[in-house]
Amino acid sequence: MTPHAPTVDDRDGDLPDPTDAAPAIVAESHEIAVTGLNKHYGDYHALRDVDLTIPGGSLTALLGPSGSGKSTLLRAVAGLEVPDAGTVLIGGQDVTFVPPQRREIGFVFQHYAAFKHLTVRGNVGFGPRIRKRPKAEIDRRVDELLEIVGLAGYQERYPSQLSGGQRQRMALARALAVEPRVLLLDEPFGALDAKVRDDLRQWMRRLQAETGVTTVLVTHDQEEALDVADHVAVLAEGRIEQWGTPREVYDRPANDFVKSFLGPTAVLRGELVRPHDLVLSHEAADGAVPVTVRRVVHLGFEVRVELDDAEAAGDGDLSAQLTRGEAARLDLEPGGRVYVRAT
Amino acid sequence: MLEAPATGTDVGSARRRAGLRAAGGVGPLGLGVATLWLSVIVLLPLAAISVKAFDDGLSGFVDAIDAPSARAALTVTVAVSAIVALVNVVMGTLIAWVLVRDDFPGKRIVNALIDLPFALPTIVASIVLLSLYGPSSPFDIQLNATRPALVIALLFVTLPFVVRAVQPVLLELDREIEEAAASLGASNLQIFRRIVLPTLAPAILSGAGLAFTRAIGEYGSVVLIGGGIPRETEVASQYIQKQIEVDRFVNAAAVSVALLLIAFAVLFVLRIVGHRTARREEQAR
Amino acid sequence: MRISRPATLTLRTVALVYLGVLVALPIGLILLRTFEDGFGAFWEQVTTPAAISALSLSLVIVAIVVPLNVVFGVATALALVRGRFRGRGVVQAIVDLPFAVSPIVVGASLILLWGAEGWFGFVEDTGFKVIFALPGMVLATIFVTLPFVVREVEPVLHEIGEEQEQAAATLGASRWQTFWRVTLPAIRWGLTYGVVLTVARALGEFGAVIMVSAGVAGESQTLTLLVHSRYIDDHNEFGAYAASTTLMFLAIVTLLLMTVLDRKRHSA
Repeated sequence: MTPHAPTVDDRDGDLPDPTDAAPAIVAESHEIAVTGLNKHYGDYHALRDVDLTIPGGSLTALLGPSGSGKSTLLRAVAGLEVPDAGTVLIGGQDVTFVPPQRREIGFVFQHYAAFKHLTVRGNVGFGPRIRKRPKAEIDRRVDELLEIVGLAGYQERYPSQLSGGQRQRMALARALAVEPRVLLLDEPFGALDAKVRDDLRQWMRRLQAETGVTTVLVTHDQEEALDVADHVAVLAEGRIEQWGTPREVYDRPANDFVKSFLGPTAVLRGELVRPHDLVLSHEAADGAVPVTVRRVVHLGFEVRVELDDAEAAGDGDLSAQLTRGEAARLDLEPGGRVYVRAT
Repeated sequence: MLEAPATGTDVGSARRRAGLRAAGGVGPLGLGVATLWLSVIVLLPLAAISVKAFDDGLSGFVDAIDAPSARAALTVTVAVSAIVALVNVVMGTLIAWVLVRDDFPGKRIVNALIDLPFALPTIVASIVLLSLYGPSSPFDIQLNATRPALVIALLFVTLPFVVRAVQPVLLELDREIEEAAASLGASNLQIFRRIVLPTLAPAILSGAGLAFTRAIGEYGSVVLIGGGIPRETEVASQYIQKQIEVDRFVNAAAVSVALLLIAFAVLFVLRIVGHRTARREEQAR
Repeated sequence: MRISRPATLTLRTVALVYLGVLVALPIGLILLRTFEDGFGAFWEQVTTPAAISALSLSLVIVAIVVPLNVVFGVATALALVRGRFRGRGVVQAIVDLPFAVSPIVVGASLILLWGAEGWFGFVEDTGFKVIFALPGMVLATIFVTLPFVVREVEPVLHEIGEEQEQAAATLGASRWQTFWRVTLPAIRWGLTYGVVLTVARALGEFGAVIMVSAGVAGESQTLTLLVHSRYIDDHNEFGAYAASTTLMFLAIVTLLLMTVLDRKRHSA
């Protein structure tokens, strides 16, 4: 970093309301359709027969643990990886063999991939300049986009003089500058700290809603996926395990993997349940299991009650999540006996 | 029916082409250009000289190396280079130590002086040393055309190797370990021998090896001050040059190949030692 | 390790005396001899027709060698870092080979390849002289300077990674545009450093060049060959000192440039 670099402001509290400026980048909505996609790296099978249709104008999250193939899938849509088999369609056009240069996409990398030798203006204007747009038009477009991403006045700064969040917003503006048919984001907030990540996420959600550009977001953070996406595709080991709205995948997970990946789970007599779906009571009821209270942990509004099931074969933790009120009403003490059942 | 396989290969080649493009890197063209360049510039000349060395068969090669003046030149070269490497081990480590652990006015200038022999053309090194140790020496030191003159010339051109190899290691050496050893009652000499030296050893060895390979091939810095007296101060490179002048190509090629083999052997040993220390350091983590 | 004052002083003295006797004193003596009759005498020696011709030949060689090394060196570095192929280790070793080869062996090899009796002797039959002519001197200089650009550019390419290049591709830049607008600016300081090393070595190379030069004063002598012939053939000691001082000045300029570039490289 240059010694005279100004102090970097990482509060990121200067995000403007995207609805003010969004009409400037209203896009057509293009559907993305992927069929029979396979990709190997040597012996490693990164994608296995992936079929996926992402509706135009939606914000879709590709969610999965690392190594699940979510990034490979996104890069195949971008043209940065060429699948061994299968096709990729953007807006109905087969782009399987079209190089990334001519796919008209916007791609945002996890580590920003900022052009370090160019100013913010140079970075954002890169795409239009490659397309030989007139200079005045490029300048106008850059200023407009920087206004939208809240970096107005930063035109002449270099990436090294920006905070992480600001760099990522610059990268977003750079991707939007070419008026992409689809916007592809590879763990865009992964390298940012929690507060900045949260703000940027909400802001991006609103920006996407306003512009309507088809957006695909890769993330390993289930909270992020459930928070911002219209649709979630859950991936594991190169396969799509489930596709649906956030409510669908959370409330009706297709299998135990999806259930445990999307949120906390407890094991009740061999069954995978959500801790907040467990009901405690002092009276025996139908299907209720008698257990012993091991520990009561107060986490602000929530109370976690850790339970011991004498009959269970030790096949997983059993803890229930209650509100403070419920816990107070039950008056739980360690060592006390209660009945637990899943709703 | 006949078209199906053709379409299949079309798709296959389209996939391969697209794959190369997507990789963003270097296609077969870039690799081809690099290989051709390296071949024409480096490999073909060395191949030509290697083949020439065996023009008269293996016995011809052995005879050429075993000729008295050839053997003398190779012996002098290796012996003098070994002495130079040894002196560098001691003096190079000492200078690195002084530059890292000592502090005195003008240290930065002294530090810059170390690189000068690398930047200075070798023939200038020869002239520079002749001015002090040659016939017109102001101190009446006459080393011209003696073996000590060879040693001095080679010490001059190889000065940076050990110093620059040891300096960074010494800088990173954790001084707390030395303090721990001192608190356990070790004397300075014991600390140096048991703690510091083992850590520096790979760097010292690597620097000395590079200095040795540089020394056995050196020509410019010894050509004037060495005198090139056959079987006395004539080094291998001077021998090769003379044999080329009188068109005895096989002799020149044979000694050249011998020099190459010695250099490769030293570098090979260095690489093995380097790998071993790298692995040990990894395990220590 | 706490070393006593006398021991510290002893070590310091030994190091300084060694460096003084080996490096500082001889160089100081040359400078003294060069300028003891004033700057005019020095200037006279470095502006003789033979000296001017030697300087221009050295510069011509540099002017040919540097662009070739830049183009092929960057291509080789790109192939080594970005390419996915077998035998990368072999290519790496070949790039380092010139460091292990004696300059005289370089010259001898070129004679045995391109000389009248060499493998490519037929080239000479067509009237295009390689050995004992400029092309031979250029080939010898390229051989000894080949590793510099590759070795300086390679780590920088590793460090910047491929993401910036991929970003440029998604923004519509062709491979060529990506190279000019993204890759080249990113490696510029490493490349410049490699070029400085190449220039310094090209100007200073002696052994490999003397083998393949016709050695005619005022015609096929580089600056280093001029130093040699003035001392050996002309017994013009002062002239040799003057030419050496010129080369020494160039070497110091190189060192200064290297220091500045090194700082740039690490701050960029």
